[in-house]
Amino acid sequence: MAYVALADRDHEQHLHHPQSWITRWVFCQDHKVIAIQYSITAIAVGVVAMLLSSMFRMQLGFPDSFDLVTPDKYYQYVTMHGMIMVIYLLTALFLGGFGNYLIPLQLGARDMVFPFLNMLSYWVYLVSVLILMASFFIPGGPTGAGWTLYPPQAISAGTPGVNGGILLMLLSLAVFIVAFTMGGLNYVTTVLQARCRGMTFMRMPLSVWGIFVATVLGLLAFPALLVAAIMMLLDNLIGTSFFMPEMLTMGGQGEHNGGSPVLFQHLFWFFGHPEVYIVALPAFGMVSDVLSTHARKNIFGYRMMVWAIVAIGGLSFVVWAHHMYVSGMNPYFGFFFATTTLIIAVPTALKVYNWVLTLWRGDIQLTVPMLFAIGFIFTFTHGGLTGLFLGNVTVDLPLSDTYFVIGHFHMVMGVSPVLVLFAAIYHWYPKITGRMFSDTLGKWHFWCTLLGTYTVYLPMHYLGILGVPRRYWSYGSDFIPDSAQSLNSAITVAAIFVAASQLFFFINMIWSLRNGEKSGPNPWNATTLEWQTPNTPAVHGNWGDKLPEVHRWAYDYSVPGEARDFVPQTEPPHEGVVSGRDHGVEH
Amino acid sequence: MAHDATTAGDDLTPGIKGIAADWAGDRETFHVPWGKAMMWIFLLSDTFIFTCFLTGYMNVRASTRVAWPNPSEVFALEVGGTPVPLLLIAIMTFVLITSSGTMALAVNMGYRGDRAKTAALMFVTAAFGAIFVGMQAFEWTKLIVEEGIRPWGNPLGAPQFGSFFFMITGFHGAHVSIGVIYLAVVALKVLRGDYERRGYEIVEITGLYWHFVDLVWVFIFAFFYLW
Repeated sequence: MAYVALADRDHEQHLHHPQSWITRWVFCQDHKVIAIQYSITAIAVGVVAMLLSSMFRMQLGFPDSFDLVTPDKYYQYVTMHGMIMVIYLLTALFLGGFGNYLIPLQLGARDMVFPFLNMLSYWVYLVSVLILMASFFIPGGPTGAGWTLYPPQAISAGTPGVNGGILLMLLSLAVFIVAFTMGGLNYVTTVLQARCRGMTFMRMPLSVWGIFVATVLGLLAFPALLVAAIMMLLDNLIGTSFFMPEMLTMGGQGEHNGGSPVLFQHLFWFFGHPEVYIVALPAFGMVSDVLSTHARKNIFGYRMMVWAIVAIGGLSFVVWAHHMYVSGMNPYFGFFFATTTLIIAVPTALKVYNWVLTLWRGDIQLTVPMLFAIGFIFTFTHGGLTGLFLGNVTVDLPLSDTYFVIGHFHMVMGVSPVLVLFAAIYHWYPKITGRMFSDTLGKWHFWCTLLGTYTVYLPMHYLGILGVPRRYWSYGSDFIPDSAQSLNSAITVAAIFVAASQLFFFINMIWSLRNGEKSGPNPWNATTLEWQTPNTPAVHGNWGDKLPEVHRWAYDYSVPGEARDFVPQTEPPHEGVVSGRDHGVEH
Repeated sequence: MAHDATTAGDDLTPGIKGIAADWAGDRETFHVPWGKAMMWIFLLSDTFIFTCFLTGYMNVRASTRVAWPNPSEVFALEVGGTPVPLLLIAIMTFVLITSSGTMALAVNMGYRGDRAKTAALMFVTAAFGAIFVGMQAFEWTKLIVEEGIRPWGNPLGAPQFGSFFFMITGFHGAHVSIGVIYLAVVALKVLRGDYERRGYEIVEITGLYWHFVDLVWVFIFAFFYLW
């Protein structure tokens, strides 16, 4: 008997059709609703993190003017800001939000392969967020250990939140990892096993490639964080000594004996470095699609782009100790990790060249998503170049733990992915809601955000080279020069300006929900499958009676000889027209 | 039925290009049920958890300042007055490996459609698993009550011995316990005929998990008891 692909067996996917308001909008198994739930939760918690940053920036910029942020609170806010942004906003929004929304739609599937598990993933994620938020309301408050949670200091007396905050943080991380695993297994299996007819690997949009490889990274990297969290919980709760050395604490002999704090750092960064790419790879993919669509040109070097994503994903597992040059390692380790770190710049630079070459002689439409995408190329190049400084051991040693690191990190992993998120939200907003957003508000939002973030982070590089250390509550004028302190104040003003200008975004999103123009199914004239759904916004099951069939790659823009400047992936080959390079056919 | 030129399996390009085209073809990469693909990916992720645990253990054991207890003494069992090293562990390992055998038979019976035998073999597998967990409980009791070893301390040497031992065997024991429940549930559903329509791939998927748990034990056994 001939083998029948599962997607073609009609009984394989039992779509759970919603019966009531509760199953339609609350306990819903539709990937699109789950994506929106993920996104709203992630953005809400991201706003909390943004407000925290405004508060500690006030303290740093104007140290003598506020009593609000005490040293304890300063450390707590910094810690929570970092952890929320990296894990609960970026990871959740890219993978839980866009991964959920785009994978089935761009691949021509009706839903994720296991919709119930997918729904569970969101609710477990919500629990992890609630646990984390609860730490603000317990005695002692959240942990102030810094987002890297390094022991022994994270669980030693004197660190804020040592009596409860750190426990809730570790617990929340463990719960988050469970949620991510449930979602991640779904994303990977859907990409591997549930593509529509004609959708070969080399015809997948780069968004899906980025999300796919990032999810694989997540499934292999989060285990290290889970293990580290479990071990630190045990150290804290029942007094084991995995990470805790014998030491004097608060003037007395500590209870622990013989543990290895560096072991935690290895485990943490074995997760932590791939985590950078868990966030970056979906951003790379989505920005590629946005650039190609709005430049009306096929993505330059599609095949290279795919292999670069895979290569970066692979390399990201062998660079982790470049975060630990000052931790005390064998010097040969530093040599090895500096080499791998610099090698990773090759596929990354390749991607940047390809984005620029995609724009080259394109018919560039300066729409709001396109502006954000082009902004990303700038911020990512700047952030990437400073990464080369920090990847070298000898250059890293003096710059380690200074504002140079903050500047680099926020350019490359803060601003850049967030710009892509905005590009993606604006780009897919018409498909998600069926309405257009306000162009004017969107452009205000873009320029305020781009210029504002540059004003915040470029001066930080200068502060760092000057030697201003990070994680200090307050710098007196005998500690850093007055000029540096005034720069600090300027950064604070810019940071609050950027935070406030996000109001453009929120007002735009909410106002356009009701008042935006109807967008129609394909306002950007894009080729990929999600724009070809029979309904906009797509309904449960996505495709009506018949699954789509794909006949070409995702980037047939401005093909010579075609009547229109784009050809949707669903269109069969046109006679007499040579399609764009289609990597789906191998002969 | 007319197929697209790129449909997986229809592409007869020879050599490596053909293999690549086959793997990268449309619709599905592996010709297996969704659940089976997902179980493989989950096990890969779980492998990383155990690897992290074991690497952490090796790191600490190699760097501890206090001597590590001698495994052949700590884990020895007294038989008629003479301590026999590794006796209990040998039996535990034997039981678990045997359960993999009965599991494999169950998968075979499942594909033959013999519901009664499949369910029976799965229950036997689950019983072996339960026996394993029981013996582990016995071993824990012996270490805690007789030797005085605790997660936070160890009269015989490095305190990390107890920490890592209880954490890793506990984590593995939890996997076995979950597997026992999983096996029992699937066996009951097999018996009820729930899978008549969709086929018995589920037995193999359950088996994948079970074999994985066994395989992990081999590594724990090697690194903890034989080192």
